[in-house]
Amino acid sequence: MVQYCQTHFDASFGALSDATRRGVLEQLGRADASISALAENFHMTLTGMKKHVGVLEEAGLVTTEKVGRVRTCKLGVCALQEEAAWIERYRQLWGARFDELDKVVEKLKRKERVDGRKKRK
Amino acid sequence: MDERRESDATPTKNHTTVERRSERELVVTRTVNAPARLVFEAWTKAELFRRWWVPKSYGLTLLSCEMDVRVGGQYRLVFRHEDSTMEFFGTYLEVTPHSRLVWTNEEGDGGMTVTTVTFDENAGKTLLVVHDRYPSKEALDSGSTAAMPEALDQLDELLASLGSSTETK
Repeated sequence: MVQYCQTHFDASFGALSDATRRGVLEQLGRADASISALAENFHMTLTGMKKHVGVLEEAGLVTTEKVGRVRTCKLGVCALQEEAAWIERYRQLWGARFDELDKVVEKLKRKERVDGRKKRK
Repeated sequence: MDERRESDATPTKNHTTVERRSERELVVTRTVNAPARLVFEAWTKAELFRRWWVPKSYGLTLLSCEMDVRVGGQYRLVFRHEDSTMEFFGTYLEVTPHSRLVWTNEEGDGGMTVTTVTFDENAGKTLLVVHDRYPSKEALDSGSTAAMPEALDQLDELLASLGSSTETK
């Protein structure tokens, strides 16, 4: 399970490291598209786009289906959900830390005000 | 039932953002309502640092916290989690009072993580930017927070109660 997640993360973050592939995901988020349409939109050859889609497919971010002579791409079902959850964990840890930090800093501020008042006397 | 009563006592919390900037980098930002020198103090004095670095809700007990905050100085945190102990340790690479801290984190097997914290004061508030650079993407994927999912599952609930627990002494 851990191993699976690891491999999965490697693949999906690797897939996301490329601007064209991020653009493809964005476009597929709006509507399904054929590989040839994607190639045209991103000004690249069919072969080039096939490679990008292949990487996205391997990462589980995109699925493709061939109907007749056209291969249609759509977003993978659980695309990015795990990644979002992963980031959310960090956010929760740091959110909790910072809330505690706020309390510590509030006490320092209060102490400084009290000390300031003492000094003035 | 008494949600309404708490609201006026709790100041609005500032927003924490987390961004995975690359395969090896994670950037966390947060504003703290205090001048940089106080925030810096909370990051560099062990007796203050230990009060917030490990959120109470994580089920970890901080057994010891030693920090020698100067260039080349070491830190070492020892935790107890259920039946085992964990250690986090490393070296301070840069210490610029009230503005910048850089340290390494060396307990991992796969090389060291470098953390850079900047303190940017503006109108009495301090923007904190915490930048972690991991030795590899694997190290980041399986980072310390990912290693304690069971504690994290309970976090939401506990965070909700955190706001209401008043600990003014």
